Amino acid sequence: MAGLELLSDQGYRLDGRKATELRKVQARMGVFAQADGSAYLEQGNTKALAVVYGPHEMRGSRSRTLHDRAVINCQYSMATFSTAERKRRPHGDRKSTEMSLHLKQTFEAAVMTQLYPRSQIDIYVKILQSDGGNYSVCVNAATLAVIDAGIPMRDYVCACTVGFVDETPLADLCFAEESGGVSSLALALLPRGGQIALLQMDARLHQDHLETLIEAAMTACKGVSKVLDEVVRQHLQERSVLSGE
Amino acid sequence: MLKSKTFVKKTRSGGVMKIVREHYLRDDIWCGSEACTECKHESTVLQKDACIESNLCSYPHYLVPDTNVVLHQIDILEDPVIRNVIILQTVLQEVRHRSAPIYKRLKDIIHEKEKHVYTFTNEHHKETFIEREPGESANDRNDRAIRVAAKWYSQHLKASEAEADGLKVVLLTNDQGNKQKAEESGLLVYKCEEYIKSLIANPELVDRLALSNDEKNEITSSKVLFPEHLPLSRIQAGIKSGTFLQGTLRASRDNYLEATVFVQREQDDGTEVLIQGLQNLNRAVHQDVVAVQLLPRNQWVAPSSVVLQDEGPAKDDGVEDEDEENVLKTSAAESARKLTGKVVGIIKRNWRPFCGMLNVSHIKESTRHLFTPADRRIPRIRIETRQASSLVGQRIMVAIDGWPKDSRYPNGHFVRSLGGAGEKDTEQEVLLLEHDVPHQAFSQAVLSFLPKMPWSITPEDMVKREDLRSLTVCSVDPPGCTDIDDALHCRELENGNLEVGVHIADVSHFIRSGNALDKEAANRGTTVYLCGKRIDMVPELLSSNLCSLRSNVDRLAFSCIWEMNHKAEILKTRFTKSVINSKASLTYAEAQMRIDDTNNNDDITVSLRGLNKLAKILKRQRIAKGALTLSSLEVRFHMDSETHDPIDLQTKELMETNSMVEEFMLLANISVAQKIHDEFPECALLRKHPAPPPSNYDILLKAAKSKDVEIHTDSAKALADSLDVAKVDGFPYFNTLLRILATRCMMQAVYFCSGMDSDFHHYGLASPIYTHFTSPIRRYADIIVHRLLAVAIGADSTYADLTDKHKQSALCNNLNYRHKMSQYAQRASVAFHTQLFFKSRGVLNEEGFVLFVRKNAIIVLIPKFGLEGTVFFDSKDKAAPNIAFDEEGPTLKVEHHTFHIFDKVKVTISLDDSNIQHQKIRMALTEPVIAGVSVAIPDAEPQAKKPKLDR
Repeated sequence: MAGLELLSDQGYRLDGRKATELRKVQARMGVFAQADGSAYLEQGNTKALAVVYGPHEMRGSRSRTLHDRAVINCQYSMATFSTAERKRRPHGDRKSTEMSLHLKQTFEAAVMTQLYPRSQIDIYVKILQSDGGNYSVCVNAATLAVIDAGIPMRDYVCACTVGFVDETPLADLCFAEESGGVSSLALALLPRGGQIALLQMDARLHQDHLETLIEAAMTACKGVSKVLDEVVRQHLQERSVLSGE
Repeated sequence: MLKSKTFVKKTRSGGVMKIVREHYLRDDIWCGSEACTECKHESTVLQKDACIESNLCSYPHYLVPDTNVVLHQIDILEDPVIRNVIILQTVLQEVRHRSAPIYKRLKDIIHEKEKHVYTFTNEHHKETFIEREPGESANDRNDRAIRVAAKWYSQHLKASEAEADGLKVVLLTNDQGNKQKAEESGLLVYKCEEYIKSLIANPELVDRLALSNDEKNEITSSKVLFPEHLPLSRIQAGIKSGTFLQGTLRASRDNYLEATVFVQREQDDGTEVLIQGLQNLNRAVHQDVVAVQLLPRNQWVAPSSVVLQDEGPAKDDGVEDEDEENVLKTSAAESARKLTGKVVGIIKRNWRPFCGMLNVSHIKESTRHLFTPADRRIPRIRIETRQASSLVGQRIMVAIDGWPKDSRYPNGHFVRSLGGAGEKDTEQEVLLLEHDVPHQAFSQAVLSFLPKMPWSITPEDMVKREDLRSLTVCSVDPPGCTDIDDALHCRELENGNLEVGVHIADVSHFIRSGNALDKEAANRGTTVYLCGKRIDMVPELLSSNLCSLRSNVDRLAFSCIWEMNHKAEILKTRFTKSVINSKASLTYAEAQMRIDDTNNNDDITVSLRGLNKLAKILKRQRIAKGALTLSSLEVRFHMDSETHDPIDLQTKELMETNSMVEEFMLLANISVAQKIHDEFPECALLRKHPAPPPSNYDILLKAAKSKDVEIHTDSAKALADSLDVAKVDGFPYFNTLLRILATRCMMQAVYFCSGMDSDFHHYGLASPIYTHFTSPIRRYADIIVHRLLAVAIGADSTYADLTDKHKQSALCNNLNYRHKMSQYAQRASVAFHTQLFFKSRGVLNEEGFVLFVRKNAIIVLIPKFGLEGTVFFDSKDKAAPNIAFDEEGPTLKVEHHTFHIFDKVKVTISLDDSNIQHQKIRMALTEPVIAGVSVAIPDAEPQAKKPKLDR
């Protein structure tokens, strides 16, 4: 039996989206009261919860203290029930360590850490349900959580994965597409300035296609940023109405 | 844009897993119709006036076929008459699942602009998406989805005021239940047959209809002719337990009631199981993979030596078949009996469209006719057509649809017509198709990898190349040869030794691994030479220009250079990529003339003489080692330059220079084989010629014995020696005949990968190792050998597939197959041209020799034409003479005359075109005269133009 046809001749993908269309994004900010900031974000069937503590003074080993800016500490984890196969996911396995590192790099580029020297910001992200694009969903959720915590950022960080099929870039891959042998690229963008916070790809791709792929990823990220912006404004409105009373 | 989600559960092998996928439903999927004003589509596919004239639908309409219609009637959908079709996504997906080749064809149809085929993504349309209901099977859901989509279309077209045009949607389905439900919901629905038959002005389409199940029953009587095939599960169980054997069926060319199944088994090399009789064959067709059950030992039979062709009229009742089979049932000697079995089930059908001709039914109005394939191993096929009268005398293609157990013949349908029978182009097409020779023009993708013209040698090319342009190189080839792939030189060195060089066209320089050009060449495998036509393996620019080592132009070459002493002993061998400039392109005859002309002493001639001298020594050495000189008659046609009709025919003559070139090619091949095997012991591409099993020689031994000649077959050398001394006084042709027979005993030489085999011996050439290096323009194997050698001497880079022995081995299999098929195609082409030749000649009376004796016929060889034919002694319209066959001789006694192998006979040769469907050369005996069997010598015998060849 042949594999899945990722992009039909009519230009529709497996789930009925067109090549450049994102999945439906839904988000809520301030879902936990104890944390300094928190957000819940769904991108299609991928669901993530992000929690932010800080900035606060350094905990644990003080030797990591930076004198000119804050340290960002990220932790990524997946819930046992997040995939079709129930699996125990120990803390600190290779995959999640790598993912934590990527998140850290992304947010170091976006958060204005120089405002908080000698302090620490903790970002915890958990994937509750996984259906492709885990990294980007984490970034998007964490952005909202950081905003919720009131930590100044240069801009929203928006992330999106893109894949390359039949000479066409596909935006926001779902799990079936990711596992269908597509070379995928994850990109985190500061949309207003167009700066790339992180770009990651570990598949083979012809150099000629890289440009178009990055172009498509940036467009998709800008799409995400619009949604996030709306969520933030909505949230602010709700809050100001509440506090105004 | 409306997005909503549904959840789909899916089970995968192993356990049950819940898989959740998003499914977006959209409202921006347009209907694709020109008439629609509602949809905001940019371009439309379906026409406004979608007119296919039909009795049933007098209004313009779009067709919506369901999955089964697409799967079974793809031939119909491909017809240009059928336009404005809506293919639903559901259908497309189901087809993709069920049959990859049909999916491919469907996609091709969709892409064709003139067909106006629109794919409607109904599964993502918000109004046509449906969810599977509890208790509903997947198939039922899909049927419902198709109905819902069709319904939506008809309402949509109505609403968007396409009504004015009367546009409607017609659902085509063959499923009774589906049809009924569709009618209930108010859809226009027809069976595919109904609809196609209603088409005005296109009656020929009906013939392309594949027969669906319920129709088959009407065709034949209810009498069951064949046993039921076992279900696959039981076959698999049987094969596992050893009660059944699995193998590929090979039907006999001579006898339609006989076939062998080659069974591959782990413990031995494989065995052949004989299948005899229609019942035992049980509807298996040549090349099918079948499961066989062995019969008890007392029912084993010997292969019969009767030549039987299925020529009777359409017989549906089995009565006559039993008579036919009685012919086979003769008590054979116990020893001659072979493993016999019967087919119990078909594991895989290997049906393809077959070329052939129509036998028109005797009943004038009948629409059912028998089709006789060109390949005699394929049974005749019953097809239904109304255009029989226009198909008479045409070569057509027919596909088999099925073979029900109550039908004597398989049922099939007409695919396309190739052209008039007997026309050269048609016949050529037929034989190329039948032998699976890829003969389409090269695609643009392939041509794009050709070097740009004008081409010249660049300095980069010269790196790692030796400049040999100063050498006196020349090529010797048959007349009219444009793909010159070898050239030679010979010169005396200062130390008194000779330097001999073989220069081979450097094709691998132009064909780089992995690109489309390379893939195409690898698939074609070999250039096929037909009479008056060449099917190139590589595009002509390469084969006849850039790679061809023509005279007086600089060409890239791969050279193999030896230093030899005057006793032809090799002192040094070296290989290098080079640039040469051939000084002359000679024919064999020209080269011969130069050598013989003692006054001529120019460089080329001196070089040729040196080569010739060495070649003679090499040949002597080779024969001393036991190389075989075999014989087969090859004929050459003199073609009329205008009409390309054969005007004369002559057996190929061999000159000294032929063998001169051959010797050096053999030497180069052997040297290269050693080198690449030393360098790549695991993945060298070599060629071997296995020694034939002793039983192969039986016929040769028997034949020789009948003339009191002893033949030893213990080794190649013994065979060669005993063939050399085998002579009978007053029968000069005897030796050649023996050699022809010996050739038939041999095995096929094959390519193989050195890592996959341990036996490298080349029996015919008596060489421990051998490969093909010298003809890269026309054989792909040589290109691979070139690449290996280039890597070995550091002149080129390697790549992954080159050193992968499994890939190499798969490539060898393809090359061997293509090679075999090209030989068959070549022979078939010669046979066809022989027929053309005799057509223009009328009846000839010629002398010939009996080559084989069969139970009811003798096979006669006419040396003058290299022609072989069968003289039958029993025919249907005459009373058969008394025939007695003795297997020991083998001899055949007809009335009072006994035929032995090698008997000299005289026969008349004529083209039998009384049956235009299968023209053939007919031979009839004139001498010895046997009353009631032989025929009179024709009165006006056209004088043969040429004196007979003395051989």
